[in-house]
Amino acid sequence: MFRFVLRRLLQMVLAFFGTTLIVYALMFAGQGDPIQALAGERPVTPAQRAYLTEKFHLDRTGVGGFLYRYLDYLKNLLQGDLGQSLTGRSIGDILAAAWPVTVKLALIAMAVTILFGVTAGVLAGIRRASLFDNATLVLTLLVLGIPTIVLAPLAQYLLGVRWPVFPPTAGADPDLYALLLPGIVLGSLSLATALRLTRTSVAENLRADYVRTARSKGLARRRIIGVHVLRNSLIPVITFLGVELGNLMSGAIITEGVFNIPGVGFNLFRGIRTEDGPLVVGIVSVLVVVYLVANLVVDVLYAVLDPRIRYE
Amino acid sequence: MTESAPRPTPASPTPPGGHLLDVRDLHVEFRTGEGVAKVINGVSYHLDPGETLAVLGESGSGKSVTAQAVMGILDSPPAVIRSGQIRYRGRDLLTLPEEQRRQVRGKEIAMIFQDALSALNPVFPVGWQISETLRHRDGMSRADARRRTVELMDLVRIPGAAGRLGDHPHQFSGGMRQRVMIAMALALDPKVLIADEPTTALDVTVQAQIMDLLADLRRDLDMAMILITHDLGVVAGVADRIAVMYAGRIVEHADVRPLYRAPAHPYTKGLLASIPRLDVRGRELSTIRGLPPNLMRIPGGCPFHPRCPYAQQVCVDVVPDDLVLADGRTSACHFAQEVHDDRDR
Repeated sequence: MFRFVLRRLLQMVLAFFGTTLIVYALMFAGQGDPIQALAGERPVTPAQRAYLTEKFHLDRTGVGGFLYRYLDYLKNLLQGDLGQSLTGRSIGDILAAAWPVTVKLALIAMAVTILFGVTAGVLAGIRRASLFDNATLVLTLLVLGIPTIVLAPLAQYLLGVRWPVFPPTAGADPDLYALLLPGIVLGSLSLATALRLTRTSVAENLRADYVRTARSKGLARRRIIGVHVLRNSLIPVITFLGVELGNLMSGAIITEGVFNIPGVGFNLFRGIRTEDGPLVVGIVSVLVVVYLVANLVVDVLYAVLDPRIRYE
Repeated sequence: MTESAPRPTPASPTPPGGHLLDVRDLHVEFRTGEGVAKVINGVSYHLDPGETLAVLGESGSGKSVTAQAVMGILDSPPAVIRSGQIRYRGRDLLTLPEEQRRQVRGKEIAMIFQDALSALNPVFPVGWQISETLRHRDGMSRADARRRTVELMDLVRIPGAAGRLGDHPHQFSGGMRQRVMIAMALALDPKVLIADEPTTALDVTVQAQIMDLLADLRRDLDMAMILITHDLGVVAGVADRIAVMYAGRIVEHADVRPLYRAPAHPYTKGLLASIPRLDVRGRELSTIRGLPPNLMRIPGGCPFHPRCPYAQQVCVDVVPDDLVLADGRTSACHFAQEVHDDRDR
């Protein structure tokens, strides 16, 4: 196990450099005149241009110049300095403000997923082909079929404007209640997947040979399902939830955009729209790390949950 | 000389208190989307304390389903018990409420299964799985259950039992895994042990060890045993009586020696002829031609007639009753006596 984790950590280092390089290249290669982009609509004087060219090492051109700037960026990054956004704010500060909001949103979505998705999945799995099972099937297919870009504004209009149960937008520094509706919208997609996955897993395990054995031991049905079946059925579900939590942590561009939540996805989207190269690269670099760590945790968790899995 | 119900059973007259386990005229169907499969069509057998009954037949003959009906662990749906009785110590298990039925499982009648790897829960240690029965059925404390679990694992001859409590099923060899399953079944001192093809998934050498173990345990713990198998070779040394099943019916029921000496049903004869023998060399191994019937469309008359070398017109038209032969054995064949006397085919 230790060797496995070590090897994965080394792979993570490679993956990290690879992704940052690609994102860095994509973000800056397409840019016509970064100095003009920085200045926006205002004219740039030759003196300013000369100063900025030197500051950002733009005098060196071609692949060599690109690699030089990339390595320079990496050097700062490894020292914990994400650099500055084109707006002049420190990217570290932007992330420090945005991340707690995204984490709160992710946790709400996760809670909704577990509370409703997994529970309903277990029930549907036990009562296969029942009315409840069929009703959840239709509902989940419906949710899975509607893209977030439709679902989010719809929920916002119905529950925020038409019947104002929730605030329609979150705004700066939102409280938990303001995040509830976006959390549910965000969670509904993973809820639907978790429900289907749990249902299939429970139904499959109920037919397993070890259930027959447990019955022949004379155990109560409650115990057979609650201990034997659930412990096995939840292995793939927990794995899915782990990956999903990693996804949610990296921000939800659409949901955060629709509900005006100043989270990571919101800032990332703004960075892309305003061609704010440093901001995009900075955020993505951190997201890559979050994602890689989440995946590693899930893999380790998988081995803990299923004793048959051994990493060597 | 045919007789209808109650069906006579060979060799042992009904004792005064009744049999320990008495299955009477059991009918089970599987109702699926494609139709109704008649899986068990009037099976009767009994078991007395201390004896071993072997139930023999090809896959799909209904031997496991009968056993699962006795245990009360049939999956329904699709299984439906149409009629019949399963009497244990005089009580019909089929009429018991589920909670009382559950108390019988494991404590009175226990069962071990074919493939121990899938029959054991993969995510729990074996010690946990054995002591679970003790703790949740007998209300034993954790420490007592642990002690008893080690005893049980010693009893089934698992070396270094105490050190293996925390191991998971996949960490055991096939034979050791089957021993774990046997230990689990013995936890509550059952009076009847049903062994459903206990050696099928094992190597030949290990098969012999497990069969010896089962025979020893049956004797030492004074249990009765139902041994379900399709392997006639396994049966000879262990069983007292044999019930041969075909298409959900017992076609021949006899003590072991007379049955081996002179089978009285063409199907049994075919099974015996298909055992490889060391003393008959150079001849092609005999097989029973054709396939077992589709249980949704069991042929009319005798279900075996399409595959039977003795078949006549009467076999196509009339379902044979259980014919009682001279020594009290039964055979569901119109020509039972002829088959019995015909040593050559």
